[in-house]
Amino acid sequence: MEKVLEVKDLAVSFKTFFGEVEAVRKISFDVGKKETVAIVGESGCGKSVTANSIMKLLPMPPAFYKGGEILFNGEDIIKKTEKEMQEIRGNQISMVFQDPMTSLNPTMKIGKQIVEGIIKHQGLSKEEARKKAIEMLELVSVPQPEKRINQYPHEFSGGMRQRVMIALAMVSNPKLLIADEPTTALDVTVQAQILDLMKKLQEKLDMSIIIITHDLGVVADMSDKVIVMYAGQIVEQGLADEIFKNPKHPYTQKLLASVPRLDMDRKESIHYIEGTPPDLYIPPKGCPFYDRCDFAMKVCKDNMPDAENHSKSHYSRCWLNHPYAKAANEGSEK
Amino acid sequence: MKRYLLKRLAMSIVTLWAVITITFILMHSVPGNPFAAESKMPKVVYENLQKKYGLDKPLTEQYFIYLGNLLKGDLGDSMKSRVETVNDMIERGFPVSARLGVQALLIAICFGPALGAFAALYQNKLPDYISMIIAIIGISVPSFIMGTVLIQFVARNVDWLPIGGWGEFKHTILPSFAMALMPMATMARLMRSSMLEVLGQDYIKTAKSKGITRAAVILKHAVRNAILPVISVLGTTISNLLVGSFVIEKIFGIPGLGMFFVKSINNRDYTLIMGTTIFYAAILITMLLLVDIAYMFIDPRIKLTKEGR
Repeated sequence: MEKVLEVKDLAVSFKTFFGEVEAVRKISFDVGKKETVAIVGESGCGKSVTANSIMKLLPMPPAFYKGGEILFNGEDIIKKTEKEMQEIRGNQISMVFQDPMTSLNPTMKIGKQIVEGIIKHQGLSKEEARKKAIEMLELVSVPQPEKRINQYPHEFSGGMRQRVMIALAMVSNPKLLIADEPTTALDVTVQAQILDLMKKLQEKLDMSIIIITHDLGVVADMSDKVIVMYAGQIVEQGLADEIFKNPKHPYTQKLLASVPRLDMDRKESIHYIEGTPPDLYIPPKGCPFYDRCDFAMKVCKDNMPDAENHSKSHYSRCWLNHPYAKAANEGSEK
Repeated sequence: MKRYLLKRLAMSIVTLWAVITITFILMHSVPGNPFAAESKMPKVVYENLQKKYGLDKPLTEQYFIYLGNLLKGDLGDSMKSRVETVNDMIERGFPVSARLGVQALLIAICFGPALGAFAALYQNKLPDYISMIIAIIGISVPSFIMGTVLIQFVARNVDWLPIGGWGEFKHTILPSFAMALMPMATMARLMRSSMLEVLGQDYIKTAKSKGITRAAVILKHAVRNAILPVISVLGTTISNLLVGSFVIEKIFGIPGLGMFFVKSINNRDYTLIMGTTIFYAAILITMLLLVDIAYMFIDPRIKLTKEGR
């Protein structure tokens, strides 16, 4: 498959008063054409930093690229100047943010906010850009676009605002859409609508999507490939089916187990993962999940496991999947 | 909108009336009167003066007489000046003070928010420190020191501008700057903090993600939102500047309104106290109303309706 984005050994850190925070530690993944890649993990695991670093939207300083490359169309984004990035942002790569209530400028009519990007990237006149903006609103199913275009964000509901955000991101038919928790701030019923819309647009416009979320339901619904992040690293990656049916990393397993289900016994309490992720000021030498893992072994404390392939597309980083551990396991079962 | 304005107008009149009444009561509850200080005055003369200005009448009667005259626009005779009425004094002093005030305001508005925005954009870097040092000097150095320093360096040492006086444009430059410094510094600090807040907002990131230039992000998205808190202090700032500053007018020898405020209190000049207070209150109330209306045009989330506030 043709690759749109290739991230290789990306490391992003933040310089703070207390020292360096290693938010993203050497992650690699790629996104194919028309592919949807989900990045999951709990808060603070580096999902959003990854997303923002692809757009070069992190505040620098304090953030800085520590290593690796982000190849988009074969060119390294990290090496691009701010000016070159302005040509890419909103044009070839677009982003939809988490909270539609705060992501639109409250003192600017939404039409103007959409038109801005159109004029910048397509060089249309104001009148043409306005027409295009109305078209875009129609595309994302905002009713009465001619009227709505002259309204301010506070006159829209949360779901409608997220539609506007999507319209805004789509104006130039981007090759890649990064959606940073696009449904987290929305009602459950509206969530499904927004996901449907994104899927529909993906079909229509042939784009790739990176969707960042901590909601595994969203992932199951949309994604081709799933990346599980923990403490700034990818601990497991595979096709959606592989991750859901055959999770190999204890963190992924716990994550899946903690999704509440309707068929759950009423007396059964909701599963959750005890403890908190490690502090990334001084990342642990060994497996970062060591403190919270039910299967932690001696080797896990000081040694980070290598990636172990389970199939061509599926790998995880856990000592349990090491041939030795497997052998020992089988031995003990007998 | 119309209803809202009418309601605000009515409220303004009530506020003004309250100011008048409270000032009147406070003023008369302080021991002494305009003529009490002149101890050598013969009793007959004193009583005649009391009679002439109606001070011998019961307080409530005086109050209603005053209100009655006020409705006709008459602020009364000054009890100290034989030649001028209070109306004359305000008519003579206000244009002078207002001119200085407008100039000072223009300086403050031109430089204050810009300085603050600039500081925010370079947070914790040299431009930020320089701007904030200027702002702190502006806030902490009293205007009379600023005035004398300006006189010393710009008027005495190099003789670019006159030391004081009134009449031509060149006379207004130094006092305008001396007056502008404080509001400018206040605006700069306000703007800096609100700009920092706005720059951290999600919609700024959205704007950046559209690929528009940094200048467009700052000017179209950040400044417009950051300026709102600055506008809210504008009402008081404008009225303070317009009615003049006693200190500045004294230092530069300017025949403005500011000195009447101080004179009226020192002399217990009842009518002048009332006159200056009412005048100031009226300007302040008007400015606050104007600022609220301006807000509506700048921030679309605010609707001036009768439920509005």
